[in-house]
Amino acid sequence: MRVTVLLFARLRDIAGASELARDVAPDATIGTLWRQLAGEYPALVQYEHSMSSAVNADYARMDRALCDGDEVAFLPPVSGG
Amino acid sequence: MSAFRRTAAIGASGFSRTSRTRILKDVTVPPLAIGRSRLDLNHLVAAVSSGAGGDGAVVTFLGLVRDHNLGRQVRYLEYDAYEPLALKTFERIAGEVRERWPGVRLALHHRIGRLEIGEASVAIAAASPHRRDAYAACRYTIERVKQIAPIWKREFFDGGDVWIEGATADPENALARAEAERVACA
Repeated sequence: MRVTVLLFARLRDIAGASELARDVAPDATIGTLWRQLAGEYPALVQYEHSMSSAVNADYARMDRALCDGDEVAFLPPVSGG
Repeated sequence: MSAFRRTAAIGASGFSRTSRTRILKDVTVPPLAIGRSRLDLNHLVAAVSSGAGGDGAVVTFLGLVRDHNLGRQVRYLEYDAYEPLALKTFERIAGEVRERWPGVRLALHHRIGRLEIGEASVAIAAASPHRRDAYAACRYTIERVKQIAPIWKREFFDGGDVWIEGATADPENALARAEAERVACA
């Protein structure tokens, strides 16, 4: 199945894209997708324990199962205000 | 001549005093917003005003772009956000405020895009029958924005630029929420 990945701030700089399309296995979780991306872009690994994730514009945990067409966002530590 | 016809006669190039007044009066400002427009505290104060006479206080906060940070001379900031989630996060914060301070009405606007030194990046207004709750809700709101809103600032300074990274955003983190409440009520 296919999902859309959104990357923000420095994660976007590391990948060189704000949006990616990726094929994942039917039983994939956010964590599976993250490890797949970290394999492609090793500099992402440093964010493993500090980033947050969201599915379809709602915060979600790494063990959340993905569905075809999901929009998955990876968010480095925030700095609004 | 009606206000409508007056506006139409001026065309798209600008507003007459009449049309600007009409627009400000008629447009309802959403209490929660994120976007590229300049922030105007008056709009937020209007958004939280009940007009019923029961309020004793409106506390406002304006966050500004500062010209220095960690010894660096800052030239300007660029704010980025995951806008749909940011707006939902603002709704969540407003819900937390309602839960903790039931009498408070809240407005929260955040600006994104390029902001120059001295410009406002975030504006908050909290109205309440009593000042104590209005102060606490206003402070709580900015602390929670910094903790959980998916917004990032990129600092452009003399000699380079850097993404600022603060808190790991986790709305379910009860410790972070308790800390925001502690600061708000100190």
